[in-house]
Amino acid sequence: MNKRDFENTLTVFKREFLAYFNSPVLYVIVVIFLLASQGFTFFFSRILDSDDVSLATRFFVWHPWIYTVLAPAVGMRLWSEEHRLGTIELLMTMPVSPWQAILGKFFAAAVVWAIALALTFTVAMTVGYLGDPDSGPIISGYVASYLYAMACLAVTSAISAFTRSQVVCFIISVAFCLVIALIGDPGITQAIVNAVPNGFEWLVRFVSYFSFMDHFFEMTKGIFVLRDVLYFVSVIVTALLVTDLGLRSKRA
Amino acid sequence: MIQVKNLRKEFGTKVAVEDVSFRVEKGEVLGFLGPNGAGKSTTMRMVTGYFRPTSGSVSLGGIDMLEEPEKAKQLLGYLPENAPLYSDMTVVSFLGFCAEMRGIYGAAKIKAIDRVLDMCFLEKVRNQSVDTLSKGYRHRTCFAQSIIHDPEVLILDEPTDGLDPNQKHEVRGMIKRMGQNKAIIFSTHILEEVDAACSRAMIIDRGKVVADGTPEQLKKLVPGCNSLDEVFRSITRSETAKKAE
Repeated sequence: MNKRDFENTLTVFKREFLAYFNSPVLYVIVVIFLLASQGFTFFFSRILDSDDVSLATRFFVWHPWIYTVLAPAVGMRLWSEEHRLGTIELLMTMPVSPWQAILGKFFAAAVVWAIALALTFTVAMTVGYLGDPDSGPIISGYVASYLYAMACLAVTSAISAFTRSQVVCFIISVAFCLVIALIGDPGITQAIVNAVPNGFEWLVRFVSYFSFMDHFFEMTKGIFVLRDVLYFVSVIVTALLVTDLGLRSKRA
Repeated sequence: MIQVKNLRKEFGTKVAVEDVSFRVEKGEVLGFLGPNGAGKSTTMRMVTGYFRPTSGSVSLGGIDMLEEPEKAKQLLGYLPENAPLYSDMTVVSFLGFCAEMRGIYGAAKIKAIDRVLDMCFLEKVRNQSVDTLSKGYRHRTCFAQSIIHDPEVLILDEPTDGLDPNQKHEVRGMIKRMGQNKAIIFSTHILEEVDAACSRAMIIDRGKVVADGTPEQLKKLVPGCNSLDEVFRSITRSETAKKAE
């Protein structure tokens, strides 16, 4: 990446980042995220009543479900809004490559989410104050949580490239994130295995490997494996490639 | 400056533009005329590199748009139809964004913004949010964006659409002035504009070029017609009638 490429990406990033803070949607999403993540931890998981200060089973465990709804809410404007306003035509006739624009926009949403996730530091402080937790699992938990959010965001970015309606993008993205979370749930996988005819169990198990969940839980347990990180990175890269494809198809 | 060869665009089975070729040199203002749906916008979108042609080639200043799009787009300013803008920005921040995308930073950026604010009479609304602007101001903001880097090639899709008569007059004057050292293509439905601003005009109908020449030449194209208006109607209607037969 030469200097000019970097500057273009940065310019797109800056515009998109400031646009987030100019709209009330972001503040609503962040507040709901904080209420949900802390509410689930303190009221549903009753973290204070337990002797267990591990965040994996009481804090991070909720994140996939929260991201299933909130990551699409953050990402739905990325390209849908460009299509709706028609500004895509300006952006794509400026001397930038589609990739500079795709990355600039994705990074803007990514940094926004980093800020939201960082604001949950109070939970980590609480367990640090009450007990003596291992910092390793907390750090890898945060990395896992962030990667999960980024994967959902990248998927939303891809879907938003195909539609001018934020609502359509939101609904399809939520459905997609929900399915990809559910297929990894052992209970659900087992139910499907029981339902399908004999001989197809392998197919169900195979599909469930693609779920975000297994990789996510491995990491929150503090088992920081390159394989899981690579899994999420490859999901993100694939989704961004599909975003490029979507933008091309609109211009073809 | 602008060279278009055998441009063709299909959307599914529908042919929107068929074998359009033309050249526009520096110092020329080419008016694009044609009924609605004739393929004017589609042609312009291909020239700007937004649409990929089904076949044919576009080059700006000798640089091929399909092979080196980013380099070719450096030379280009474009005002799309309906003047799209990012609604959450102010006029100045929007123009600043467009300047940076063109590689203009710092003091040069401030100078470029001031220049186009002045040229497009936007000084009054410089810090206003784009959302709250009237149609005329929105249009001029988008027009300002297209000339912020003083491009050699300017492509304007209905630049006078939605403006009041004074503003129309002003924009035509501006196009004519800028046309002295740029290659400009603009599309319009308003035929007086051709007389007022163009050095050459092209009539497109059903995706094909049906007439090309100076406004004077076009007027003489059809015997018995002495205004551009009559020529336009007779050419495009006869084409429509031919198709129907």
